[in-house]
Amino acid sequence: MRVILFLIRKEFLQIFRNKSILPLILVMPVIQLFILSYAADFEIRNVRVFWMDDDQSTSSRMLLQKIQASDYFQLVDQSFSPKAADLALEQRKTDLVFHIPQEFEHNLFREGHADIQLTADAIDGTKAGLGTYYANLLIQDFSRDWLAKYGSNIHIQAASMPSIVPTYSFWYNQHLNYKTFMVPGILVMLVTMIGAFISAMNIVREKELGTIEQLNVTPIRKYQFIAGKLIPLWILGLFIFTVGLVVAKLAFHVPIIGSLFLIYGFTAIYLVMILGLGMLISTFTNTQQQAMFISWFFLVIFILMSGLFTPIENMPPWAQNLTLINPIRYFIEVIRLVMLKGAVFQDVSLQFVVIGLYAIIINGLAIWNYRKTV
Amino acid sequence: MKRFAAFVTKEFYHILRDKRTLVILIGMPTVMIMLFGFAITNELKEARVAFLDHSNDPQTLAIQEKILASPYFSLSGQISSPTGIEDIFRDGQTKLVMVFESDFGQRLEKDGQANIQLIADATDPNTASTVVNYAQAIILDYTRNIIPQQSTPLINVQSQMRYNPELNGVYYFVPGLIAILLMLVSAMMTSISIAREKETGTMEVLLASPMKPAQIILAKVVPYVLLSFLDAVLILTLGKFVFGVPILGSLGLLLGVTLLFILLALSLGILISTVSPNQQTALLLSLMGLMLPTILLSGFIFPIENMPLPLQVISNIIPARWFIIAVKSIMLKGSGFLLLWKEILIMFGFILFFIAVSVRKFKIRLE
Repeated sequence: MRVILFLIRKEFLQIFRNKSILPLILVMPVIQLFILSYAADFEIRNVRVFWMDDDQSTSSRMLLQKIQASDYFQLVDQSFSPKAADLALEQRKTDLVFHIPQEFEHNLFREGHADIQLTADAIDGTKAGLGTYYANLLIQDFSRDWLAKYGSNIHIQAASMPSIVPTYSFWYNQHLNYKTFMVPGILVMLVTMIGAFISAMNIVREKELGTIEQLNVTPIRKYQFIAGKLIPLWILGLFIFTVGLVVAKLAFHVPIIGSLFLIYGFTAIYLVMILGLGMLISTFTNTQQQAMFISWFFLVIFILMSGLFTPIENMPPWAQNLTLINPIRYFIEVIRLVMLKGAVFQDVSLQFVVIGLYAIIINGLAIWNYRKTV
Repeated sequence: MKRFAAFVTKEFYHILRDKRTLVILIGMPTVMIMLFGFAITNELKEARVAFLDHSNDPQTLAIQEKILASPYFSLSGQISSPTGIEDIFRDGQTKLVMVFESDFGQRLEKDGQANIQLIADATDPNTASTVVNYAQAIILDYTRNIIPQQSTPLINVQSQMRYNPELNGVYYFVPGLIAILLMLVSAMMTSISIAREKETGTMEVLLASPMKPAQIILAKVVPYVLLSFLDAVLILTLGKFVFGVPILGSLGLLLGVTLLFILLALSLGILISTVSPNQQTALLLSLMGLMLPTILLSGFIFPIENMPLPLQVISNIIPARWFIIAVKSIMLKGSGFLLLWKEILIMFGFILFFIAVSVRKFKIRLE
């Protein structure tokens, strides 16, 4: 036990002595949390509209006013020339072109219906899809207004027909605040990345500098060495997690509905697992460059497949099955369920079991694979 | 020149000897593009929906059937009381609960109006609003079908999806993927490999040789230029032949811009290595200062227009942003040099700036 305490002291001394690492470990996560949380935003606002009105009638101007009044759209330019519209699309000055053909108003009065053409820059498929969807809603809205105003002049009866009225409510996040959803996940990502990298690099560094030989010739036992490496990093990890949690609560007002104790319990086990993963990587590699590269490779795949940015349910079945072996997935599930929905231990016991097993297996492999010989 | 060639050979040995890294260098682009092409999508598929049906009449059953028949929804279960809603949301599997009021069918026929309540799990706001939108559309469709005399809509909207008619997500990701991998291979690997020579003390040996410092650095980056270029070509090939991402513009211009970005990433890597004393610092600097901003602020995943103003301003100094714009325009819109001179000029500016700073910061002597 005394040996482990000495090793822990040595590690802390090394960490605090390194003036360039410390600020990176402590300050960067907070900055990242801020930047990430503001940047990771899939809400579509401010679709930039190019207005091409060949009709120039009262009706078309009425539609234009509706667009200008809407929060979703932002009028950037208007012109009669299709060339100008194409150029604006190509130069990314606009997202959506509204083209009102000639005789628009005439057709509305005469035939009772008219055409509008929308052209979207669809390189970003999500944005184009939502943009045209909003445009359709707006045009429906316009149709209703138009009918209310001029409907009596034409032969369409706006009679009351049977209808189903759907009302909706959003639970757990009434204002559909995207940050409430993203911040806990981003916190998981930061803890994971820092934990895995620091532990992988730490041991490989001793290998690379040759100081591991000095440690190996001492009477320190394998488990003491590994415990001496893991415990300081584990404390560091919990500290970073706490800082992140405070930022999430104070700066982003993310609710913490469930029990804090449960979250910390899970984080504690998870950190053992992720630090073990870093250590396992370090036993397989010889240089920091290698270690960094391999951990980066696996972490990127794990993060992309964790449901952090895109929901797991949207993936094809084979990919969904693959995510079952992804440890990050479970942490993200747990933190979202507990923080946002107030899940209790029974709801997340499966995740606890999986992460616990992972922690045992990975650390076991790491200890088994660590050789005291060169 | 012969000396220089010898140095380049030495660097190649360093890289080629390390089989693990090499496998990942080739495997990474392949795995990433497969993931983005097949698995990572925001499209809604089979969201789980539960029903709380207070009337159980033909109309509500017909709506349920219609909902489940669509590719967007699959059944999670039937609930019998409002308290069950909370329970079914608890495990995070169910996204939507539809509540039909009692005497639904009767009300619809007698009063001409009946109510459905849609309750969405909004922990994920985007999924929640999409699910509600789809459900509403299906309900509207059902209403139209039971009323045969429904007239044609007043305004007929024809939408055209320019540049990406099928709204294929992979089109959007390929340019970003190239940027990320080039940053990783060129900037991160170079900075670490130079910092490594410093840390292990071999830099001293190199500096004492008759080679000029500039030549030493140049020899270090040559192999990485080749590797990065190989990776970029690999992604373009996979994108084109596996996912059908078109290359409408000139291939020469595309490769030229790619090469320019590789040089940019390399100069950035050199800059990082000159300011960091050891590999760990170099790694953390490139990770936190390069990789994450490149992934998050370049418009790769998240649209820049959605960000708050300060972040939009910051995104201007993320080199990958300009590269991604240029590559997207060349590949998907077929833009030529005339439309892209601004982006290319900005990238040149970055290179000059980074090299100038590195030269000032580079210390020939060790302290």
